Amino acid sequence: MHASARAVSAAASWWRPMASRLDRVAGGVFILPAVVVILAFSIFPLLSSLYVSLSRLGFAQGGVELKFVGFDNYAKLLFGIDRPHFLGVTGPLTPIGIAVLLAIYGLFALLLYRYARGPNRTIGGLVGRVLATAIAGTLVWLIVNTVLTSGRPGTLVVTLVYVAVDVSVQYLLGLGLALLVVQHLPGRRFFRVVFLLPMMITPVGVAYLFRMLVDTSKGPLYPLWAHFGLTDISWVTNPWGARLAVMVGDVWQWTPFIFIVLLAAIETLPHELVEAAVVDGANRWQVFWRITFPQILPATITVVLIRIIEGFKIVDLPNVLTNGGPGTATESLTLHAYTIWRALDIGGSAAVAYMLLIVVTFVGIAYVNLFRPRAAAAA
Amino acid sequence: MSRVLAKAVVLLVFVAACSTGSNTSSNQSFSGTTIRVVTFTGPQIAEPLQRRAPDFEKATGAKVQIITVPFSDLYQKLLTDFATKTNSYDATVFDPQWMGDYVPSGYLEDLTDRVKNDSALNWNDIAPFFRDFSATFKGHVYTVPLDGDFQMVYYRKDLLQKDGLQPPATWEDYISIAKHFQGKDLNGDGKADYGSCLAMKRSAQSYWAWISIASAYLQSQGTKQGAFFNTDNMQPLMNNPGAAAALDVYKQLSKIGPPEQLNQDVGDSRGLFVTGRCALSLDWGDIGPLAVDKAQSTVQDKVGAVILPGSKKVLDRSTGQLADCTATLCPYATNGVNHAPFAAFGGWSGAINKAAPAKTKDAAFAFLSYMSQSAQSSVDVTIGKTGFNPYRTSHFNNMGPWTASGMSEQAANDYLGAIKSSLQSPNMVLDLRIPQTAFYQQTALDTALAQFLAGEISLTQCMTQITNQWNSKTDEIGRASQLDAYRSSLSITK
Repeated sequence: MHASARAVSAAASWWRPMASRLDRVAGGVFILPAVVVILAFSIFPLLSSLYVSLSRLGFAQGGVELKFVGFDNYAKLLFGIDRPHFLGVTGPLTPIGIAVLLAIYGLFALLLYRYARGPNRTIGGLVGRVLATAIAGTLVWLIVNTVLTSGRPGTLVVTLVYVAVDVSVQYLLGLGLALLVVQHLPGRRFFRVVFLLPMMITPVGVAYLFRMLVDTSKGPLYPLWAHFGLTDISWVTNPWGARLAVMVGDVWQWTPFIFIVLLAAIETLPHELVEAAVVDGANRWQVFWRITFPQILPATITVVLIRIIEGFKIVDLPNVLTNGGPGTATESLTLHAYTIWRALDIGGSAAVAYMLLIVVTFVGIAYVNLFRPRAAAAA
Repeated sequence: MSRVLAKAVVLLVFVAACSTGSNTSSNQSFSGTTIRVVTFTGPQIAEPLQRRAPDFEKATGAKVQIITVPFSDLYQKLLTDFATKTNSYDATVFDPQWMGDYVPSGYLEDLTDRVKNDSALNWNDIAPFFRDFSATFKGHVYTVPLDGDFQMVYYRKDLLQKDGLQPPATWEDYISIAKHFQGKDLNGDGKADYGSCLAMKRSAQSYWAWISIASAYLQSQGTKQGAFFNTDNMQPLMNNPGAAAALDVYKQLSKIGPPEQLNQDVGDSRGLFVTGRCALSLDWGDIGPLAVDKAQSTVQDKVGAVILPGSKKVLDRSTGQLADCTATLCPYATNGVNHAPFAAFGGWSGAINKAAPAKTKDAAFAFLSYMSQSAQSSVDVTIGKTGFNPYRTSHFNNMGPWTASGMSEQAANDYLGAIKSSLQSPNMVLDLRIPQTAFYQQTALDTALAQFLAGEISLTQCMTQITNQWNSKTDEIGRASQLDAYRSSLSITK
């Protein structure tokens, strides 16, 4: 017994430094597979597609070759032959356009001014905000000059419009439905499931569904169109009609996602606060605006961010519904990249995809920086 | 229990022995070989391949696996597969226009000797145009034609006769007939119908219809004149009064038809025509057999077909202006009208991956030959859903399968006559077949046409846009090499 105890302690004295060394590297070892996977599936494709976006594909005997062309593919999109397709065509500003521009720029200036005069300002924060405002200002200028004039929006602007309209409407509808379902209404369990169904359908299925619904000359809604004498009008041959059809489809499919997240957030709220407010004489609006809304703000910010990022990647609906038509009216950035890629211009396609990445990253970062402090304050 | 098992084993051995016996009794030379054939998502083209694969397997022992991908993805799927040496396809039934990309890169098997030595294929029965254009690249045979493609105009014979109208000879005629019938009830269901139904959807098969119209204005001096580029300097023929006239016709037609026309593909326009909702349509040979298909057609024996309408004015390349047809300007005109039938696409054709194993290549060739042989193809070209249109002399001369399919003799003569007159025209327009044809047509031309129809760009902007895009791509690849490719695609002996 005594001898064996000594043997154990000897082994322990040999083992202890070894174990502590292992402990130190264990973290690295455990994380290594994940790092390798991320490097292989994210970072490497990201870098190689960056290289592809700077090159042009050519055919060679028995294979293909990539020729480095610098920023040619980007120059084509921003200044060259594909500019009208990517950025759109601007027209002379209308009074409405000028008013919208002034209002939005005024808002930007006000926000900057408040930050600059506020207590939390830092040099880095100010530089970041000025930069963000400049980029946002440029995008707003582009939208106003192509949408609110006689010009036409390019794929970048069309995508921005999709994201802005879709996410706002989805959020309002999702929030409304979530607030309805938490009321003690008859059949609320049933509706909770029904409201989720559109999200379960594959996007291509949704696209075909809407393609049939908007067909005024033969689809399932034909009797309705015929009753109102609208069978000679086509949704999908008018640019804004077609965009509207895409947006309605997207809203129909993705409202449930916002609904389910907000429902979960609202259901976990403590009842005491609401009850206390009611006792204090708060009306329904005050309860919502002062108590419920601030408490679901963190969930709101997250779910809207996810939808914004997803919204930028919209492709199934316009592709199936109209193939990006009429003309290029419903073409999103992803569809734009896909169209070019099909003719095997993978350099040009990668350039469009990188422009999308840049815009999504900018919008995502700006959004988070704008709302995170508010969420923190509310929490 | 074990006795039952033993019996089962004996039975299995017996069955296996029998099946081996039958193998040796018939010619199972490709037993154990699997041929992976890729083509586009049907039902057309894929249907006959899938339907006949089991018969072929029974006859030769080779298993045929048909893989389908959407038409718009087929070009790059094939190219990616070849270029990355994945070689997941042994053979393909594809658009012969893409030979311009695939052959110089060495992806396709040279079939010159094989077609010569295969007596069952009866190579000389295939019409010369398909042998020389769809199958041959720079003097070597790379494909086995399975389909003959010409665009032509279909009209409702009953309606035109009733109103004393002649089938359209020019595009002006086409427009005036379409206007005449637009909004009238053409199939007796009490609903207003359409003068003309065309496919005008973007990223689909619409741009070929515009080329069919433009051909009449752009090419008048015979096939070798070319309808896409100037054969001296590779300048596009897309910015001139001829192209403008064709765009104008196209725009007018977009307004004489179903309200959804801008969002319709050929499947939609065919469906509308054979259900009696349109007086006119422009299509490949598909409407002919579809119109006699009792399952869907309500216009059996009411359909006529004519060669593509032409024009009395054509582009005079020396002045760059539209000019009235004269004997020198339009040597092939009939009654002063220049017809330029467009061999759109060139017909689905089978080709073999050079990198496939030798035995698989033999089996793949045997399968393509089997599909093309008169015994099979004579029946397939009379079935609407195959998407295969006549391409062999025997298809035109042997009326049996046509009348057996339900076409009246007169309808068959009418239909085959329209194809024959296109096929025999010395002023036939060949489809583009140069490196990156897919970009020139499917991307640049298709997008500009869609934007023009949607009113996003004006007629002038449309012509400039096509010209600039084409020139930019030509300069990117190399003007001299593209010019060489274009010229060699036109110098065929017919």
